[in-house]
Amino acid sequence: MLEVNHLSISFLQYEKGLKQQQLKVIKDLSVSVHSGEILAVVGSSGSGKSLLAHAILGILPTNATTEGTIYFDGVKLTPEKKEEFRGKEISFVPQSVNFLDPLMRVGTQVRNAARGASTSAQRKAFERLRLAKDVEQKFPFQLSGGMARRVLASTAMVSGAKLIIADEPTPGMDPTVIKEALKYFRELADSGCTVLMITHDIGAALEIADKIAVFYAGTTVESAMVNDFSGDGRLLRHPYSKALWRALPQNDFLPIPGSQPLPYANLPGCLFEPRCAFATTECRQDEPKPREIRNGIVRCIHAT
Amino acid sequence: MNFLRIMTQKKSLIPKLNLRQRTLIAMIVSAIILLSVIFAGILLGDERIATNLENRNLAPSLDHPFGTDWLGRDMFTRTMKGLTLSIAVGLIAAAASSLIAVVLGILAATAGKIIDSIISWLVDLFLSVPHLVTLILIAFALGGGMKGVIIGLALTHWPSLCRVIRAEVMQLRSTEYVQISRKLGKKRWWIVTKHMIPHLIPQFFVGLILLFPHAILHEAAITFVGMGLSPHHPAIGIILSESMRYLSTGMWWLAFFPGLCLLIVVRSFDIIGENLRMLIDPHRAHE
Amino acid sequence: MKNMIKFILKKTIRMVSLLIALCIISFLLISYSPIDPIQAYVGADMMRVGPEQRDKIAEYWGLDQSPLEQFVQWGSRVLQGDLGTSMIYRRPVADIISEKFLNSIILMSLAWLLSGIIGFIIGSIAAMKKDTWIDRTIKWYCYTLASTPTFWIGLLFLMIFAAWLDWFPIGLGVPAGVIAEDVTIGDRIKHLILPTLTLSMIGIANIALHTRQKLIDILSSDYVLFAKARGEKGFVLFWRHGLRNVALPAITLQFAAFSELFGGAVIAETVFSYPGLGQATVEAGLRGDVPLLLGIVIFSAIFVFIGNLVADLIYRLVDPRIREGKFL
Repeated sequence: MLEVNHLSISFLQYEKGLKQQQLKVIKDLSVSVHSGEILAVVGSSGSGKSLLAHAILGILPTNATTEGTIYFDGVKLTPEKKEEFRGKEISFVPQSVNFLDPLMRVGTQVRNAARGASTSAQRKAFERLRLAKDVEQKFPFQLSGGMARRVLASTAMVSGAKLIIADEPTPGMDPTVIKEALKYFRELADSGCTVLMITHDIGAALEIADKIAVFYAGTTVESAMVNDFSGDGRLLRHPYSKALWRALPQNDFLPIPGSQPLPYANLPGCLFEPRCAFATTECRQDEPKPREIRNGIVRCIHAT
Repeated sequence: MNFLRIMTQKKSLIPKLNLRQRTLIAMIVSAIILLSVIFAGILLGDERIATNLENRNLAPSLDHPFGTDWLGRDMFTRTMKGLTLSIAVGLIAAAASSLIAVVLGILAATAGKIIDSIISWLVDLFLSVPHLVTLILIAFALGGGMKGVIIGLALTHWPSLCRVIRAEVMQLRSTEYVQISRKLGKKRWWIVTKHMIPHLIPQFFVGLILLFPHAILHEAAITFVGMGLSPHHPAIGIILSESMRYLSTGMWWLAFFPGLCLLIVVRSFDIIGENLRMLIDPHRAHE
Repeated sequence: MKNMIKFILKKTIRMVSLLIALCIISFLLISYSPIDPIQAYVGADMMRVGPEQRDKIAEYWGLDQSPLEQFVQWGSRVLQGDLGTSMIYRRPVADIISEKFLNSIILMSLAWLLSGIIGFIIGSIAAMKKDTWIDRTIKWYCYTLASTPTFWIGLLFLMIFAAWLDWFPIGLGVPAGVIAEDVTIGDRIKHLILPTLTLSMIGIANIALHTRQKLIDILSSDYVLFAKARGEKGFVLFWRHGLRNVALPAITLQFAAFSELFGGAVIAETVFSYPGLGQATVEAGLRGDVPLLLGIVIFSAIFVFIGNLVADLIYRLVDPRIREGKFL
């Protein structure tokens, strides 16, 4: 359904006013998701995951350049195709209330996203997400964080899109609503919709996703089935995924030492090497190529 | 290897410097225009603007690029002298005005709440009447003439810069090094001179240069309506208001060239000021 | 609603304090003017006026009293709504102002609308086409316009359209030598067009550049990004999100520009000898008509105040963030 191959995104930036520099924020990223599946791209906050969503939709800022290919439903997504598909075939659920027009009633904004009978679709979606009827008359500044997220999610529901890209859909909601919203994404997927969920919340991802892609320093280090995240994490292939899994409160609750390399750090070898407990000198030499191991994809030369 | 690196660096440096080069070139060209106007105004002899009835009402030619008026005076010379006078008046007025702005701006930000609200009330007071009306009032009170214009301009143009300076000082006050100095028990005056003035000087100069265009345009306007510089001065406002009488005679050069030159001078100041601000304050350079 | 009344009240109190200060300062300034009001009043006949008559005139106008006494007298009359008698028109100042303002308000409101609409449209176009040659042209045009002396634009218009093409009359509000009853609406319109165009030129640059900047900010906002992600683009995008968000600051700015409008009217009316309040201001200044000048100063301050007040009120009435925020 959706196939992202070797996607790289770089920004032309002015550094100290007049010097320009190419900043590679996403490099050689590949993910794929089949129709009816939910793929969760999991990574820590502020690591540029949202750009993946923006790249698929073709709404990156103008100073960004992309490489690689994206296929949607077998069609190669050119800028023209992206423009044609977005809002119709591909729908986007952004992460905060800032994405709603501050001067427009939210009901109208949801209806603008809908095809066909917009008012009834909007009311149905609101009801589904347990939004009171008078919410449609409110302005964005009057919504609580959780309400805003549900309104945003409802734009995807009414659009009738085949692919839904949700960017951090859960924070700010209380647990019952999270469950509700996640359940709704699951239902959408079960009815044939494809969902790409970008999140830093592994818990939420594990709850509904079929596949999980672990995002680290601008690329996916591992793509695994959700079942691989179990027990002591021995089924996982990449040391970062394992560490992430073990860092969860219900597991060992072990923090990962160090921090992610910055986009301009330009490490020659494996990006996780500085923080990896199993790193060897070979790890420092070349960037590990993605390999397929046990039905998953991993970028680690030591993975088995 | 080293050579190669220099080569590649050089190659990539050319487009990078473009922005700065463009800025510098624009500023240099503007400065050259202004300087040549001033030099022309000072160096051109008075004999060219003496009454010379033989050369009356001449259309622009090589000898008289802007033509001559009904008294045979060379319009180019009159224009240059007028502009020089305008620049001089503008300079004095803008300098006085920005001085007021800086003093009041710093006071508003540092001398406590009461002073702050008094100054904000003063700002409101000076913005409550249209500038031109205030100028007419002050010019009237001082009996017209250059003094009236300069004082009027100085008293009307400070409020906006005053607000900028106040905001700037407020922001400086909350910076860490000022906070630390205060905790170390430094005197208020010490902090003002050591930490604030150096940061404010660039702001002051940019504000000063950006005040020029307004000051010059208002000077020309008030002179034009007859409340400003006296008719013996070779001011642009006088030239243009005289030219009104000859509009229907088809002597278009009387009004066209002096006004165009005034426009160019004002625009030059604007370009210098805006570009300077961009160099000083790169955050706003992306606009 | 209660907040609104409180707000208006606060603004009005500040206005009154400013007006009082303004009256005192203006009066002080004028009383120290070296221009002799008696000479201004008598005009060219000064030679024929003896010292006795001079004293009489001075007594008539109260000019023989100390500035303080004069101020108290003038001030108490102003409080009763009496602005005094104009020296040049020999009629009550209030009448002159209302009559002249009626002429000016047509000119000003037309120019105000025109500059607002044109400025808003070209500013929006520039922002939508940011960094293209259209944007650069509009920006260049606006910066140049902002540096152009208004009266020179007026002179150029006169030269081109009145003197050369002969499409419009050279000046005045009505044809010269025609009695008031015979002046047609067509005549009035003809006399209005050039001054209106001149006056509108002042406002365009300001509103266009402001609209451009605001709209660029809006277009790079998250909600426009999301709108794009929903497939909106081009004019629909502008109509739904751009216009809605940029119109309010633009309208507010236009109301806050009453001060420049009044100043511009002074110039435009002088160039075109249009019989409005601006011209009266210049006349009063040139000929030493102290009561009229003071009256106009006060009137212009109220005019500017109303513009600013309306700007504030519009924000409060229209922007839901302020309007409905209170009911939360």
